Amino acid sequence: MTGDHQTLALVLFSVFVAVTLGITTWVSRSRRGSAEEFYAGGRLFSPMENGFAIAGDYMSAASFLGISGLIALYGYDGMLYSVGFLVAWLVVLLLVAELVRNCGRFTLADVVAARMAERPVRIAAGTSSVAVSVLYLVAQMVGAGSLVALLLGGTSEAARSWTVIGVGALMVIYVSLGGMRATTWIQIVKAVLLMAGTVALTFLVLFRFHGDVNSLLSTAAERSGHGTDFLAPGLRYGGDWTARLDFISLGLALVLGTAGLPHILSRFYTVPTARAARRSVVWSIGLIGSFYLMTIVLGFGAAALIGPDEVRASNAAGNTAVPLLALDLGGGAGSTGGTVLFAVVAAVAFATILAVVAGITLASSASVAHDLYASLRRKHAKQYSEVAVARVAAVVIGAAAIGLGLLASDLNVAFLVGLAFAVAASANLPVLLYSLFWRRFTTRGAVWAVYGGLVPAVLLVLVSPVVSGSPESLFPGVDFHLFPLQNPGLVSVPLGFLAGWVGTVTSTEPPDEARHAETEVRALTGAGAV
Amino acid sequence: MEQVDKQEGRGASAVPVDDPWDDAPAPGRDGRAESGATGGGHPGAVPRQRVPSAAEIYLEVQRSPAFQEVRRRYRRFVFPATFAFLAWYLAYVVAATAAPELMARPVAGAVNVAMVAGLGQFLTTFLLTWAYARHARLRRDRAALELRWDTQEMTRGVVRR
Repeated sequence: MTGDHQTLALVLFSVFVAVTLGITTWVSRSRRGSAEEFYAGGRLFSPMENGFAIAGDYMSAASFLGISGLIALYGYDGMLYSVGFLVAWLVVLLLVAELVRNCGRFTLADVVAARMAERPVRIAAGTSSVAVSVLYLVAQMVGAGSLVALLLGGTSEAARSWTVIGVGALMVIYVSLGGMRATTWIQIVKAVLLMAGTVALTFLVLFRFHGDVNSLLSTAAERSGHGTDFLAPGLRYGGDWTARLDFISLGLALVLGTAGLPHILSRFYTVPTARAARRSVVWSIGLIGSFYLMTIVLGFGAAALIGPDEVRASNAAGNTAVPLLALDLGGGAGSTGGTVLFAVVAAVAFATILAVVAGITLASSASVAHDLYASLRRKHAKQYSEVAVARVAAVVIGAAAIGLGLLASDLNVAFLVGLAFAVAASANLPVLLYSLFWRRFTTRGAVWAVYGGLVPAVLLVLVSPVVSGSPESLFPGVDFHLFPLQNPGLVSVPLGFLAGWVGTVTSTEPPDEARHAETEVRALTGAGAV
Repeated sequence: MEQVDKQEGRGASAVPVDDPWDDAPAPGRDGRAESGATGGGHPGAVPRQRVPSAAEIYLEVQRSPAFQEVRRRYRRFVFPATFAFLAWYLAYVVAATAAPELMARPVAGAVNVAMVAGLGQFLTTFLLTWAYARHARLRRDRAALELRWDTQEMTRGVVRR
């Protein structure tokens, strides 16, 4: 990667940063900081705007570079991710989006606390939301560090660290100054850039093969050295039964986790009605679905035009497959077209990371201020406004994410994302579904559902081969692993549902019929929704 | 936008919902006549003698046939649909991990069963999204909106909890 790429990529990075900072100052001018404004951007976004913002919030660099890279290296097995990430949206559309919009104000805990004893439920749901957000955030920060360093050619530790610090500082500025309104516009801009970049590359790949998908696939299979096996599952997740169960576990976490991600749930509060929330999810499913379809073309395109060996030589995890493909499609290294396309892809990846981290930081600062601070502060302590607390929380979370991102810089990004999805599916989804659909659900059930999913998910990871006992683990020297799978979803998701059920049937308090009626009526009609 | 929806909802309801709220207070219906509350959405009606609490209103709305109908329509669509797409997705994941030979069987050219199944997941997701949005728009939105206005009318001025 020559100096030209880096200069042009840096220029585009700076343009994007300048534009987003401009958006932040523009939207935050002369606006009083009400909670409604800070967490929900005034709730007046249109379904289309929110649909783009949701897509911008969801499609991380892990999807853009990671999935295409996996397809370029392992063929069909990479596709399994895109399918899981998309099908997950049906859970959101059918069971969650409209009802959550109608019942809550800003966070997941609002929905659950509406029919339960407020304090314990808020603390539980707030804790798990912050846990999920921080895991996801660290994954994105680690990804940002290695990615930007890689794209700019500087693989040194210093370049990585400064990238992590820079990304963290920018996201704190966006969120604490601009709140939801700035975050939303940044995500919309990013979604448009990402879609435009992906469409252009996909078009160029198909153009190269004269629109013949069959010849694209057979060239990819031939070039991979695996023949037709490249187009069938098994290259990455074949092997022994542990690996196969691990994949099923990951698949379960992916499809159930999305509906429990706090930064996705908080997006539904930015539109005026449940109907608008539904229409924004329809928009985002269209955008996300077509995006993942195109990443499949890009992945096989990279395999066919670059070849898995060259991709692996550049980055063992395959993260540089798309930038390399862009270079090739533009006319090869040294050509103007190649330089421009490469720089555009690098800038889009950078924009992607910034938009995603801003969304997560905002959602977790909302959980801290709206759920944890409001429940935990002492009665007679000095009262600060919730928005002031949320701004401070954004700074603290940003600092924590920078610190953890620097510490965890050697962890695998895909693993961290998978873990965040597993925790979201185990701790957040059971409590959310039970409170929306189960008449007899009680406070104890709610608290048990959260901790009964959160604690096993985290513990199982601590005793998994990810942390110890294998050469690739976090502490390769020691071995205290007891659980064979890397992803805990297969065990912890059922445990979360089970804990909620056991907690409910063993609780002594009777379920509150009236508040269940209120939740149900509000959820399905929107009566009293803010 | 909501105002427009409201007008639409009030005007012609395409959904034949048994809507008790727009009827004249029928004797004995849902105990509303006994509680002394007048029907929602009728400005200038007789002032309430005993204002019911918010909890009573929500329980009453929940038991009303109009609400039961909206809930039934919602659940009759989403529960089978959720079961179907989750089963189809899990079958796909399990087949990809447990039966790679089946998935590798060629269909046409370089395209094999796995490729068809994967693209089939995309297709069914798009189709179900479309079907759900259509079902909600045509079968649920108006009835839900009317219930919303009526419930809000009834709870207006009630001190909550």
